[in-house]
Amino acid sequence: MAKTIAEINERIKKGEAVVVTAEEIIDLVGKKGVKQAAKEVDVVTTGTFGPMCSSGAYFNFGHSRPKIKAQKVWLNDVLAYAGIAAVDVYLGATELSKDDPANTIYPGTFKYGGGHVIEELVAGKDIRMKAISYGTDCYPRKELKTWINIKDLNEAVLFNPRNAYQNYPVAVNLSNKVIYTYMGVLQPKLGNANYCSAGQLSPLLNDPLYLTIGLGTRIFLGGGTGYVVWQGTQHNPGVLRGENDVPRTLAGTLALLGDLKLMKPEWLRGVSITGYGVTLAVGIGVPIPILNEKICRYTAVKDEEIYTQVVDYSYPPTREGSLAEVNYAQLKSGQIIVDGKEVATGGISSYVKAREIARTLKEWITKGEFLLTEPVQNLPSIDSDISFKPLKERPLGGTIYD
Amino acid sequence: MIKKRVVLTFPKEAVEQPVTYRLIKDYDLMINILSAKIDPNEEGRLVVEISGKKANLHSGLNYLKELGVTIQPLAQDVRWNEEKCTHCTACIPLCPSHALSIDRTGMKVSFDSERCIVCGLCLKACPYQAMEILF
Repeated sequence: MAKTIAEINERIKKGEAVVVTAEEIIDLVGKKGVKQAAKEVDVVTTGTFGPMCSSGAYFNFGHSRPKIKAQKVWLNDVLAYAGIAAVDVYLGATELSKDDPANTIYPGTFKYGGGHVIEELVAGKDIRMKAISYGTDCYPRKELKTWINIKDLNEAVLFNPRNAYQNYPVAVNLSNKVIYTYMGVLQPKLGNANYCSAGQLSPLLNDPLYLTIGLGTRIFLGGGTGYVVWQGTQHNPGVLRGENDVPRTLAGTLALLGDLKLMKPEWLRGVSITGYGVTLAVGIGVPIPILNEKICRYTAVKDEEIYTQVVDYSYPPTREGSLAEVNYAQLKSGQIIVDGKEVATGGISSYVKAREIARTLKEWITKGEFLLTEPVQNLPSIDSDISFKPLKERPLGGTIYD
Repeated sequence: MIKKRVVLTFPKEAVEQPVTYRLIKDYDLMINILSAKIDPNEEGRLVVEISGKKANLHSGLNYLKELGVTIQPLAQDVRWNEEKCTHCTACIPLCPSHALSIDRTGMKVSFDSERCIVCGLCLKACPYQAMEILF
């Protein structure tokens, strides 16, 4: 008994849609079976909250008098990319503050950067802006220093080229010294193991072959609404998968976009990673329409059925490749076994926040405030020829760029 | 018999004094050093658990005060700012005394200052600057 998105939307509008979270569907399928659950449920909501480095926001701050063709722009001393039209800029999440000593005092603390500016902007705080330019006949001004506020910006749009990774390897350190990585502090000789996925709540792990999530899918983004606008960078559907079609290592990604003015600072948090840098933690929730039994079965995936690989993050790696395969139930129990040793686990992604997002999205849909969209194009899946290529370095020769 | 966890901050002049020895020998106190950072000619910091008879503890601490040592209760030292915490759990495997722990059903983090030994590892682990150390 297949349903359509249009039918589900009709039920949402009438307040009759049955919506459950990706946690709740597990119990429901366990009790009633896939067939019955697929009949009863219209939408399953997912959620994830964690640092997502390929994130940023673009905006237009309006023309000053006289006008400036802003060539370089800093926001609270963080450089934004201004190589587009006169007063448009893109602020990247991982950009450091102008005078950040980075890792010169190792390990650097990276207290403030692009991600923190975005959080403060969304919180409605005034931001210091400095712009400089070379001056033209049409844009004579060469310097501008002013406070700006999100409410005065013409457009403010969160645009993240790579978010919501479908699975991620677990990071450990086999070397003899502490290392500071984007997966957190890793103590020597298997001192700890850090993972980063919401597991059974994570959007792409609930739709492993991208049957419903595609271009134009409306989502919860940063506390507001956003859209899937493309596959994310490094999208790599053709990896090793389990019998349940769930990737056993990092696979698909999403490019996301949404109105920053409607978002909330609690779902867009500036992140400081010791020894590594700054970034932005993003809250994402994707609704999955239960169009048939197959989709229903996918959303009922449990932590113990989602596997990932344990990888050495020290450089050069003491051992290449996967050290062990573990599942998310083991990771969330607080301990995994690697090389016969019990290793304590820590998360980078917040399960508490992921759950809150899935519940919030459920509430929005149940109340009829959020309608589903039909994707205009599917994401490349296992039948595509996309693969994730390393860089082939071709030396320039001579003194170019020396 | 009472027990106290304190942070002792030494002025430069007092760094050379064998205070632990004196506290044990002269005041009959049990000293458990939780963390120490003492360099010659610099201000030093010692985090200790002191236990013994109430009167001895009192006079032991007075002896430290006379040396110019500042005494603060330990619980004030590391602060968990709950509103900044996202419960990501990055701090959990690093906390040696399990002051930071998780309720595994809800996956929520909590902080028990009584168990904290002020090692500072959580400050490096927390991506949201939710842990704060106060001296």
